[in-house]
Amino acid sequence: MGRHMTAISLSHVDIAYDGQRVVHDVSFEVAAGESFALVGESGSGKSTVLKAIAGLAPEWTGQIEVLGQPGSHRPDRTLARHCQMVFQDPYGSLHPRKTVDAVLSEPLTIHRIGGQDARVEQALADVGLDRRFRFRYPHQLSGGQRQRVAIARALMLEPQVMLLDEPTSALDVSVQAEILNLLKRLRRERGLTYLMVTHNLPVVSFLCERMAVMNKGRIVEIAPATALHDGAFRDPYTQKLYAASGGD
Amino acid sequence: MTLLSVENLVVSFPTSRGRVNVVDGLSFELGRERLGIVGESGSGKSMTGRAILRLIRPPGRVEGRLSFEGQDLTSLGERDMRALRGARISMIMQDPRYSLNPVMTVGTQIEEALRVHERLPRRDMRARVRDMLEAVRIDDPDRVARLYPHEVSGGMGQRVMIAMMLIPRPSLLIADEPTSALDVSVQGDVLRLIDDLVRDHGMGLILISHDLPLVARYCDRILVMNAGRMVETCDAGDLHAASHPYTKGLLAAVPRMHETRDELPVMDRSAWAGT
Amino acid sequence: MTVQAWLLDDSPKSRGQAAAGRAYRVTLDLLRNPLAVVGALIIIGLILTAIFAPWIAPESPVGQDLSNRLLPPSAEHWMGTDELGRDIFSRVVYGARITLLIVGLVAVISAPLGLLIGAVSGYFGGWTDRVLMGITDVFLSMPKLILALAFAAALGPGIENAIIAIAITTWPAYARIARAETLTIRNSEFVAATRLLGASHSRLIARHILPLCTSSMIIRVTLDMAGIILTAAGLGFLGLGAQPPLPEWGAMISRGRSFILDQWWVATMPGFAIIIVSLGFCFLGDGLRDVLDPKSEGKS
Repeated sequence: MGRHMTAISLSHVDIAYDGQRVVHDVSFEVAAGESFALVGESGSGKSTVLKAIAGLAPEWTGQIEVLGQPGSHRPDRTLARHCQMVFQDPYGSLHPRKTVDAVLSEPLTIHRIGGQDARVEQALADVGLDRRFRFRYPHQLSGGQRQRVAIARALMLEPQVMLLDEPTSALDVSVQAEILNLLKRLRRERGLTYLMVTHNLPVVSFLCERMAVMNKGRIVEIAPATALHDGAFRDPYTQKLYAASGGD
Repeated sequence: MTLLSVENLVVSFPTSRGRVNVVDGLSFELGRERLGIVGESGSGKSMTGRAILRLIRPPGRVEGRLSFEGQDLTSLGERDMRALRGARISMIMQDPRYSLNPVMTVGTQIEEALRVHERLPRRDMRARVRDMLEAVRIDDPDRVARLYPHEVSGGMGQRVMIAMMLIPRPSLLIADEPTSALDVSVQGDVLRLIDDLVRDHGMGLILISHDLPLVARYCDRILVMNAGRMVETCDAGDLHAASHPYTKGLLAAVPRMHETRDELPVMDRSAWAGT
Repeated sequence: MTVQAWLLDDSPKSRGQAAAGRAYRVTLDLLRNPLAVVGALIIIGLILTAIFAPWIAPESPVGQDLSNRLLPPSAEHWMGTDELGRDIFSRVVYGARITLLIVGLVAVISAPLGLLIGAVSGYFGGWTDRVLMGITDVFLSMPKLILALAFAAALGPGIENAIIAIAITTWPAYARIARAETLTIRNSEFVAATRLLGASHSRLIARHILPLCTSSMIIRVTLDMAGIILTAAGLGFLGLGAQPPLPEWGAMISRGRSFILDQWWVATMPGFAIIIVSLGFCFLGDGLRDVLDPKSEGKS
């Protein structure tokens, strides 16, 4: 699979849940290797966009492309190799009865990839987890450690695109710093493309290059993350959000 | 004048490895001021708030001295404690959706909160509820009073909670993460509201939160907790001059709006495990 | 390193050690509950009695001795003898085999069936759910014993048919539970994450959803065992279960009914056996609920 200049592209995408339209006419492009943020408050539809790209929100119309491949209406094995997702809740995204080892081996088993033992060990090392965590159950891990496992799972299939759904909002500040550093390092080392959903503007400032601001299911503004330095936003909603988040 | 004094507070829970002190010898005094208790999860900050209201259930155990307006809370019977909760010390919890009764209208619930502590004629009761809803800046109090909790938004729900907690006119308000379930644009409104009401009524406030910058903005004094103990206490204005490495670490770990650092500083947790 | 330290190791070295450690912790928790221990001892007692029946029972369960009819309990016949002079204690001991057979087979047939139907129904939702739950509701809407009676009557009396009849009447309850559990699990993030890895529906149901439903299923089945034993006894009592001379407890009570006023022990002794074993299953089920409940797990 060759490299594409555009990693993710959405054009005129509408998304519905149970027949009710929640996202209207969303279009944006994320370049390969770029880190892009979807910012908004609860109910803005930002997570729904992410789910639609992953194939978890089936009722969408318009055009979605990931690495040149048309988007699907359900999770898809080929897409899985290129595009993975990290979820918000580190307590809900790991199966409570599976050890870290089982969680990390599963993607390899599904895609019939060999050398599982070595790959699992390597994945743990990559996300900064000690080997002794390998056979622990999730309840024996802290929130930050669980999120590291979730990131490792997403990386097992060596995807180029990572969808991040509020990956640090459930974590303590000091743990958030560790996970953000980890995400930044992994992106640098592997040339990953990030599409991150968040409500936290400072996190965008740290991890992303561009951002789209969503309100009530629509994108109101797309701006470079540097706009966060001086608050140079056009849209009144963005300005309000910026002020409420402590920007001045 | 001292409103609340906490001396050597210990809250412990049994685990498979023996009793663990979740709060471990905490002491502080509170006047009619706004105190922020800050800490990460597991620091014991919420347990401190619950211990003051004696809401820790067995097998949890509370030791130490707690005195409120000169009254020893630890020696009060459960009956007296119930009379005191709500009437003189109130608590606002994190998520209004879980703290409001889903089958009662908002107005009835606020009335209920008042009725427990005061006997008033029906007409006066209605008026008080109306005034309170107006005080928490709900524009259309009569309509909102008739709504059920699921019909109000998160921010509105939290205002209702505040109205409910403040209507018996308590002298101390404990707010445990009152805004972490809310959107940023609503957070400010709710905190400003709490702030105004606390000042107007001359109440004491304990604001419990994980968000150091937020607490610094709305409190007079800050108490930083880690692993059940007080790490540092300082005036909110002097936070930037905090001396303890834990406080400094917490401050530095927060990403900034104007972020230029390539890597966020990470705390070495083992370094102050003993402090 | 002692075995215990190996089992309780916070950082197991292998999959086997992790699984053994979990099983050990569950067992330790269970042992802390005195009623559960009593229940477990009763069930173990039942199993041992069934296995070693020929050695425990002093006489044959079917051997008649008409000269010793209806003797009261004594040192020679601990529970007395019945109307054909058979030693009741020996019959109760052999009856443990039949009870265990019924309980075991019903569990093996109905629990997996209910689990699978419930999980499939809850996972796919939509019309699959409507059809499967419709069928389930039809079965649920009829009284258990009457339904079992109807099936047993249609299939003909006999222990195998009684087992099948009971199994047919018990699975719908399990399907309901499994569906309810699945509905809460279906939308969790780990299921979404696994779907994104490219896992098939069958893999998700078998590897992710079913393991989480099993603990509540084990609890429910254990608690239901008492009811199953009673239903089997009921069928036996009505003559649609085990046929004479098989020493089935319900059938024994039924025979003893005629002498209940003068020879109380004939009906009472197997009655005690039913009560004790039922209680044992109830105690164990309650204990398991405290230990295995997924909601209580993960809290440290």
